[in-house]
Amino acid sequence: MSTLTEISAGKTKREVIEQAVIRFAGDSGDGMQVTGSQFTNTVALYGNDIATFPDYPAEIRAPAGTVPGVSGFQLNFSSGEVHTPGDSVDVLIAMNPAALMVNIADLKPNGILIVNADSFKENDLRKARLTTNPMEDHSLDKFRVFPVELQRLTRAALQHLGLDAKAMDRCKNFFALGMCYWLYNRSMEPTVRWIEDKFKKKPLFVEANQLALKAGYSYCEATEAFQISYEIPPAQLSPGLYRSLSGNQALALGFVTAAQKAGLRLFLGSYPITPASDILHELSHYKEFGVLTFQAEDEIAAITSTIGASYAGALAITTTSGPGMALKTEALGLAVMTELPLVICDVQRGGPSTGLPTKTEQADLLQALFGRNSEAPIPVLAAASPADCFWIAVEASRIALKYMVPVIVLTDGYLANGAEPWRIPTLDEIPGIPVKFATDPVDFQPYRRNPDTLARPWAIPGTRGLEHRIGGLEKQDVTGNINYEPLNHENMVRIRAAKVQAVVQDVPNVLPSGDAEGDLLIVSWGSTFGAITQAVKGQREKGRKIGHLHLRYLNPLPANLGDILKRYKRVLVPELNMGQLLWVLRAKYLVNAVGLNKIQGRPFKQTELDQKIEEMLGL
Amino acid sequence: MTTTALPPLTKKDFQTDQEVRWCPGCGDYAILSAVQSVFPELGVPRENFVVVSGIGCSSRFPYYMNTFGFHSIHGRAPAVASGIKIAHPELEVWVATGDGDALAIGGNHTIHMLRRNVGIKVLLFNNRIYGLTKGQYSPTSEFHKITKSTPYGSPDRPFNPVSLAIGAEATFVARSVDIFQAHLKDTLKAAASHRGSAFVEILQNCNIFNDGAWTGITEKDARSEQVLQLEHGKPLVFGKNRDRGIRRKPDGDIEVVQIGSGISESDLIVHDAHHPRPSYAFLLSHMEGRPGFPTPIGVLRAWDDLPRYEDVINEQVQDVIQKKGPGDLAKLLRAGDTWEVK
Repeated sequence: MSTLTEISAGKTKREVIEQAVIRFAGDSGDGMQVTGSQFTNTVALYGNDIATFPDYPAEIRAPAGTVPGVSGFQLNFSSGEVHTPGDSVDVLIAMNPAALMVNIADLKPNGILIVNADSFKENDLRKARLTTNPMEDHSLDKFRVFPVELQRLTRAALQHLGLDAKAMDRCKNFFALGMCYWLYNRSMEPTVRWIEDKFKKKPLFVEANQLALKAGYSYCEATEAFQISYEIPPAQLSPGLYRSLSGNQALALGFVTAAQKAGLRLFLGSYPITPASDILHELSHYKEFGVLTFQAEDEIAAITSTIGASYAGALAITTTSGPGMALKTEALGLAVMTELPLVICDVQRGGPSTGLPTKTEQADLLQALFGRNSEAPIPVLAAASPADCFWIAVEASRIALKYMVPVIVLTDGYLANGAEPWRIPTLDEIPGIPVKFATDPVDFQPYRRNPDTLARPWAIPGTRGLEHRIGGLEKQDVTGNINYEPLNHENMVRIRAAKVQAVVQDVPNVLPSGDAEGDLLIVSWGSTFGAITQAVKGQREKGRKIGHLHLRYLNPLPANLGDILKRYKRVLVPELNMGQLLWVLRAKYLVNAVGLNKIQGRPFKQTELDQKIEEMLGL
Repeated sequence: MTTTALPPLTKKDFQTDQEVRWCPGCGDYAILSAVQSVFPELGVPRENFVVVSGIGCSSRFPYYMNTFGFHSIHGRAPAVASGIKIAHPELEVWVATGDGDALAIGGNHTIHMLRRNVGIKVLLFNNRIYGLTKGQYSPTSEFHKITKSTPYGSPDRPFNPVSLAIGAEATFVARSVDIFQAHLKDTLKAAASHRGSAFVEILQNCNIFNDGAWTGITEKDARSEQVLQLEHGKPLVFGKNRDRGIRRKPDGDIEVVQIGSGISESDLIVHDAHHPRPSYAFLLSHMEGRPGFPTPIGVLRAWDDLPRYEDVINEQVQDVIQKKGPGDLAKLLRAGDTWEVK
């Protein structure tokens, strides 16, 4: 936290700073995700740039007070540009010893540590497998520690309401949130409104949570516990109207937008899977836009119903994560063969198999590119940030409809749950999506192609005179009749490949940020965009000649990519996998690129990127 | 949309120019012919028919029907068809499937489509064998059956397709036989007139890999002796001399009784296909394999009071539009807490 100015605020000091990272950590039942989201919403509304990192266990309620049950929510907010949730934190709120132990390593020296003092009894320590009490053993001496009896104080504030102890204790996260609002000098108003809306059917809970929130704020004011509070002025984002958006929300909005732009009904076939389910939840709300959501019996029915809906003329999409993607494989081939437009979203998570359901990873790239029997190319797009998920959804839909192909969208757990400010576009800023159904029965042929896009006509059932049959068997070009002849098969395989390659017309040439040529080019894709952008910025400020290329189109790759790779002495490809894009670039461009690979279910830290960059620069 | 009256459709309108590639003598020819005869009589414009299939001999069906057709992948036809029907409820969607396609690899989709009551008609061609892969046992093959993959006899207990459909609470369940053409056409028409999910098991012979699959009911005299033809409102009577029937036992089970010697038709169960609960139909469906019991054909269950899935889902949309007004995209994008940067 770099100090800019100090202003007086009563007896306590108020310091104006540029940026801060705060992390809420507690049991998965402590409401840390809600607390973090509320703080995020409030600072975003105030105008700070933000990046968030919710990190929660796969278990809904692991045993209370234990290390596996710890859930965390980290927020980086700033008056400047923010690209990542931050490597280390300025403020840590730890609701119990387990949360403290899991997170303390990330707290900066002299950082603020707020702990729930009521949860450091012998039994609590044993559940966290601690032999000594960290509040007493001097292990926290390098931090500014604020033990607060969150449970006792919350109960005291709520005792007149007649709630039982358990219900009162469930409000203590709002007490902690109130303290944080005081610490960063933020209005409680957005959260007060949110509580009102959230518990509108339970007025007693509205009162209890609001009281706890205000009690936390007043506690700081009355006790002057912190001695100091902070002020982070609004960021200078480009002008416009903003809202905070998570990647999953952004995808949902993007698909509704694409359907409206195309004048089609949106159909989602989906089976619940972490971390993609929120897209299904979001879209199931948008019925006034004619959105049809179908919670299928399994992943296979999710995609095959989507293929059916596409055949019947809807903008049809399916959403899943890696294990579901694996189940959809055969149906993806059917969509390739029948040349129907649909969008498949893979919100990647740690694998293989069930893997790390709630953690992030980028290891489905090769599955997206190649994971089907035989020659079955599919265009693949990847979102770079939570808000970019909106634009990727629109673009994937546009390409699917223009070329009559299935399109795969890759995001990941980090993008899905992370949030950032999104400048709300006007409708004119969103590309139009022209769609034309075939209607003319004269000389109709189901596989006659548009010469530019190689798209076949979209001839939907119910159109008189266009009766025809399609399916997974190899077919003759133009007529679409079943055909097993050797040369026809080769011709069709090549046409399907050429069609996907033709999408390159819609892939913009890429321009590296930073140096246009030089010592090192970093090539990235997906959710690593923020971390790498920040690292490159830092390195270039030190005078190093580095370019950064971030790919949103993974198939086909931008036409000028090969040329750009040649302009740098060395090429680095950081990925949260074992080197999948690296493999593609080396194979396709014969470039001696090097990987930086992390497979821990977590995003890159700046230090990890800096170290590798400096190693490659021979520093 | 044109309003010009078109000449009435005929069987020929539903035939395609594609060469039919089933083995000569296959029961599928008879089913194809029956469907092509029934479709023109349904009062549905040809372009509104969609025939969807999975994989297997039966699943070649769409290529031979001059309608919209979709030959999908193994077992998934009910799911593809559900997507079509939900997105476009006015279409008349039929699924052609087999015992392997619908009950083995696609069992999950079959039961869930039926449970949801999606307005799709399913024709299950049951030949009790895997034909297209040349002769392995299927989920309907008899216990101990010797096949290519079970040289010492099948260890599997078979499914009874109509029991399964009734167990999934399908609202229309019927059975017919490939060579009983008149009965088959009547059954298809009954299925077509049902608004919800309709499941029709068609007993079909595979003269290459399982010849005589159903001779127990199709050979001379067997039809009258071994088959119980169900008719709504009529007592359960069978036999060449119509001298046997089905009676309810005091314990709730059923028994076969000889009419005469103190037992008359009035003691027999009167077939009620429209009963809202599936338990009676399930009891009927379980007669085969019991010594002395006949095989029931016809409509076991036709209860059409349940709303169709596609109607429920589309009505939800309409209700919300009525309540909130049609969606306004600009407003949606600006929803929630927003802030302005100048």
